[in-house]
Amino acid sequence: MSTVKTADAVPEVPRRTSNLSNRARKARKALSNPWASTLAVVIAIIWTVPTVGLLVTSFRPELDIRQSGWWTVFGSAFAGEGVFSLRNYEAALFDGSTNLAVFFINSFVVTLPAVFIPITLALLAAYGFAWVDFKGSDFLFIAVFALQIVPIQITLVPLLSAYVDLGINGSFWTIWLSHSIFALPLAIFLLHNFMKEIPRSLVEAARMDGAGHVQVFFRVMLPLLTPALAAFAIFQFLWVWNDLLVALVMGDLNTFPLTVRVAELAGSRGGDWHLLSAGAFISMIVPLIVFLSLQRYFVRGLLAGSVKG
Amino acid sequence: MDWLLYAGADPVHKILLMLIAIVLFVVLMGIILFVVDRPRNPSRWFVGFGFTGAALLLLLLGLVYPAIRTIINSFMNRNSTEFVGLDNYIVAFTEPRFLVVLGNTALWVLVAPLAATFLGLVYAYLVDKSRFEALAKGLVFLPMAISMVGASIIWKFVYEFKPAGVNQTGLLNQFIVWLGGEPQQFLIGRPLNTFLIMVVFVWIQAGFAMTLLSASIKAIPDDIVEAARLDGVSGFGMFWRITIPSIRPALVVVLTTIAMTTLKTFDIVRTMTAGQYGTSIVALEFYDQRFRQNEAGLSAALAVLLFVIVVPVIIYNVRQQRLSEDVR
Repeated sequence: MSTVKTADAVPEVPRRTSNLSNRARKARKALSNPWASTLAVVIAIIWTVPTVGLLVTSFRPELDIRQSGWWTVFGSAFAGEGVFSLRNYEAALFDGSTNLAVFFINSFVVTLPAVFIPITLALLAAYGFAWVDFKGSDFLFIAVFALQIVPIQITLVPLLSAYVDLGINGSFWTIWLSHSIFALPLAIFLLHNFMKEIPRSLVEAARMDGAGHVQVFFRVMLPLLTPALAAFAIFQFLWVWNDLLVALVMGDLNTFPLTVRVAELAGSRGGDWHLLSAGAFISMIVPLIVFLSLQRYFVRGLLAGSVKG
Repeated sequence: MDWLLYAGADPVHKILLMLIAIVLFVVLMGIILFVVDRPRNPSRWFVGFGFTGAALLLLLLGLVYPAIRTIINSFMNRNSTEFVGLDNYIVAFTEPRFLVVLGNTALWVLVAPLAATFLGLVYAYLVDKSRFEALAKGLVFLPMAISMVGASIIWKFVYEFKPAGVNQTGLLNQFIVWLGGEPQQFLIGRPLNTFLIMVVFVWIQAGFAMTLLSASIKAIPDDIVEAARLDGVSGFGMFWRITIPSIRPALVVVLTTIAMTTLKTFDIVRTMTAGQYGTSIVALEFYDQRFRQNEAGLSAALAVLLFVIVVPVIIYNVRQQRLSEDVR
């Protein structure tokens, strides 16, 4: 807390200027004090060190990983001894015992429809609730909103037995369907809120021109909703790609995504850090790219109250 | 039919199935929209259900019905053939094994959200005055993109143990050795192991807390800050008397949201210890009871328990969100 106190030392902003908020803004700028900056950077580094450690490890030879800590590479790299290679990644991706390349494909196959389907369904439903004034719509919308409280654990097992009864268990279809169902309440709620913010006059103008609901949906709503859609799509993408529970319960060896396989490796080959480190980063690379390139939308989605439980 | 259902191990087949699923779905949506648009003067009811019907049906069959089934199953025996009353709940609340699980869960719900929110708050406040705001925020926010499995592996490596005398490869044990201590097997000793596993969760969630809290700190009107400053409030007083009360609604929302995530999270404990060494929590025990022990009734009771604990937290959250919307 000592850094907070150093704010005292900041010089007073001159009181002559008339615009109060302008001065306050300047005062805030002036507050960017070195102590806070330093501490913030130190925390950020502490936050990053564990990831860097595993990342460095993933490029080291198996024997080195067993014999010395990853931090020692900085010394030996300086002495020109450091050996980095992609061998661990090669082994993790293509060796018969780990074979992550196969699970990488599974992750994609699981994720893309599980993002696309619920968003489309939720778009339609959100439009129905927001702009088609039908009997019972308010009640149904509140019911959908309330369904957010249902934890997926409580639905998983009966859902699985329903799939078994239908004879479709163990296929990708069950995983897509399950993820879609679990995503719907939040997706509908969020997109509904965004749609409600679109000015009524805009919708009514389109209706006066003779546009039906379907035209309004495509011509007026969709173009304006792009940021909201992007935000939710990233959410759902990260959620499905990183999911373990649904994949584990619904899937089998032919459908398991990376998370399941990597978690399995952590259990069965906990000491093989050359495989685990590379495997972990193979499973992280895609969400990291998505996240970093679309972070703006993600943050906006978070701030809009979209919080996946 | 089988070709459409199962792809086996063939990657090309898998990708084809994926494309078929998406195309099929687009066609289905097209048909729905076409039908909705067809009649000259459709009743509102018809249009309304055209748009919402598919989603409502899925929710009814996929969420409402299974939830009710689980509640019923929680009063049945291990293979759901016989009604056993409250037996499963009695087991869950009396057997020492489950008492450990319940105790751990309580610890998680109390400690993890508070720790993550506190760190996020302090960091958001610090970073607000920092020169490297974007970078510093980005680094703390990054773990949000990582799966809980990946995060667990990252931290398992930090906690890695090698016997004394050998080079340590885990960072934490190396620090202990540098300071002259004995290396520890961190994940084995209770109750420290539960807290060390929580670190992984806090590491992920602090970025979430920071982002939301940072936004609401920035939303504090400048004139309030300025007025307080003119009144001579500064430093810690500013943080305690101006910042905290101004962002109280956001704080509550962050705290309860993380608490809900905590309850449902099972990936971390499963990857770190698989629930061994007395670290199991309800969300993991639910899975183990059903899919390892084949105790359907007990597992259902644990799932219901999870639901029952979540509900008050969510109601509180929603009410706070309403309040903060009113303020806005």
